[in-house]
Amino acid sequence: MAEEIKKQRPAPDPNSAKYKLNMIAKKAYDDAFAAKERGELVGWCSSNFPVEIPETLGLYVCYPENQAAGIAARGGGERMCSIAEGQGYSNDICAYARVSLAYASGAPAEEQPMPLPDYVLCCNNICNCMIKWYENLSRELHIPMIMIDIPFNPDYDVPDAEVTYIKNQFLDAIKQLEEITGKKWSWDRYREVMEISGRTSRAWLEATATAKYVPSPFNGFDLLNHMAVMVTARGKLEAAEAMETLLREYKENHEKGVSTYRGEEKHRIMFEGIACWPWLRVTAHGLRDRGINMVTTIYADAFGFIYKDFDDMCRVYAKVPNAINLEYARDKRIKLCNDNHVEGLLVHTNRSCKLWSGFMYEMSRQIGEECDIPVVSFDGDQADPRNFSEAQYDTRVQGLTEIMQSRKEAQNAG
Amino acid sequence: MSCYVMGIDIGSTTSKGVVLKDGSEIVSTYLIHAGTGTKGPATVKEELLKSSGLKEDDIAYTVVTGYGRKTYAEADAQLSELSCHAKGAHYLFPEARTVIDIGGQDAKVMKLDGEGRMTAFLMNDKCAAGTGRFLEVMAAILQLDVSQLEEEAAKAGEALKISSTCTVFAESEVISQLSNGADIPALVKGICKSVASRVGALAKRIGIEEKVCMSGGVANNGGVRDALAEELGKEIGYSPLAQLTGALGAAIYAYERATKERKDG
Repeated sequence: MAEEIKKQRPAPDPNSAKYKLNMIAKKAYDDAFAAKERGELVGWCSSNFPVEIPETLGLYVCYPENQAAGIAARGGGERMCSIAEGQGYSNDICAYARVSLAYASGAPAEEQPMPLPDYVLCCNNICNCMIKWYENLSRELHIPMIMIDIPFNPDYDVPDAEVTYIKNQFLDAIKQLEEITGKKWSWDRYREVMEISGRTSRAWLEATATAKYVPSPFNGFDLLNHMAVMVTARGKLEAAEAMETLLREYKENHEKGVSTYRGEEKHRIMFEGIACWPWLRVTAHGLRDRGINMVTTIYADAFGFIYKDFDDMCRVYAKVPNAINLEYARDKRIKLCNDNHVEGLLVHTNRSCKLWSGFMYEMSRQIGEECDIPVVSFDGDQADPRNFSEAQYDTRVQGLTEIMQSRKEAQNAG
Repeated sequence: MSCYVMGIDIGSTTSKGVVLKDGSEIVSTYLIHAGTGTKGPATVKEELLKSSGLKEDDIAYTVVTGYGRKTYAEADAQLSELSCHAKGAHYLFPEARTVIDIGGQDAKVMKLDGEGRMTAFLMNDKCAAGTGRFLEVMAAILQLDVSQLEEEAAKAGEALKISSTCTVFAESEVISQLSNGADIPALVKGICKSVASRVGALAKRIGIEEKVCMSGGVANNGGVRDALAEELGKEIGYSPLAQLTGALGAAIYAYERATKERKDG
């Protein structure tokens, strides 16, 4: 019998952005475990909570959304969701929440372990399901919950009264964290973190903007992986350096005419929504096999936080994608489509995210009209694999490809 | 010299085929109630060759479409059923701008431009409500054949209301109506309206542009056609070739590709 020969992958280049970014993401979990072992308190934090606060205080925090995405991408989503459903949670609830609540109840997840929390940091600018999810964590684990309420923004600007409302909550959160953890807030350290966060964000935004080149110097699926560092570690110096490496690599790729996208880039699309993590390979290959590069996503814009002081930071957190009105959110996407020469929009109707998917029906229609591009949606889920059908995805993507192809042929025919 | 091409549409419950001569003349058609994963596709090819009197080598190009398109190795190219239904519908109804296709397990609405090119489409979500499968399930409970639904619906006065949310919910509703002694024709009419309501919402979402036509197997059911016309307030174009629309579109694409290949040498 022939022995199975495993293809040897080349050792990753330790100077590459990919390696550095993966290490930062891994180190965050390692550091949190080490802190826990030393007896330090560890927090769980929602993705759009101001990371500057725990970073300035020198706290170790983990991100349940990233953990759930990691578990789902490595095949554990259905198992964890089923455990949560067995505990009484409805399968209509966000699958990240189900995975996280199952993990918090003691269900093991070798796919992405992380230490259990001693406190939770919740901010509802990402969604309101987050509040109940974190309240349950707090109640089940008998730990404090710090809650920041950021109102949904019906305008393009953030009024001063709202900035004051948010700022007072941020200051109160700092005070509560000082009391819970015994760590002290330093405005000097905050300014350092702010500088670093700005540096990381600028590099990220500039790197993702290189998709304006045709062909794009990167495969858009890269962004889905790299954004983990933007969510969790943008206030860390090593994150700023890694993002600057990423930017340098993308610029070099453009100059050399190469790309991390393998194959010929025949069509360019924007992908809308959270990745369908349980089916990442299938969804990525469904595009790549047809020469489609997903050149941009709202993530490119979402996690670049540029601000000049504490008040401005409050304003920025009130303008994150899920906290803003349809028109403002639409305009951001239209800009991305125009800047990056997008030819089609693929929308993930994510069963987990009612907020995001709910307003996409109308928003994607408006984007399609404004940018004159075809819009196609598919059903799926960010962590529950049961909400996706490969055949349905394939037909929709093929239909999108055929429309884009036929439009090009018509244009070429004059 | 004439150019013969073949279009094959392998669906979830049926396989269909069309042989086309010189891009416009339908030489033969075949339909079998055996879809992907069965001998249906091979039978279609065999029967098409037999009835047209052609040999395999006479076929210049074959395009396959439908749910089973990716597993059929004997075609020169595969295309989505979306493009093929749009193409076939444009052949049958050149003035059609909205095509509603209800097949065995999905429903789709396509928008066409004046040249018959698909410019946009919407498909049903994962639920089977509003598809041919929904009608099959309902017919089975009523101990009717799907082909009898049209006749039954025509006998009804007022339709009984049946949910369009979910096939399983609707099945329970029909059973409960039956046990209450409901009038069968009224129930069948309600079932047709349920499909029309579900698919009509899809059509309204994409924006209906006249003329509207139907393709796919469910188009053969006059009960659903009438209910859909009422739901949309529009006349619905229908051809007896409705179920063959996808295969016909595939054959037209096959002809376009065959002639392009000839031109390109």
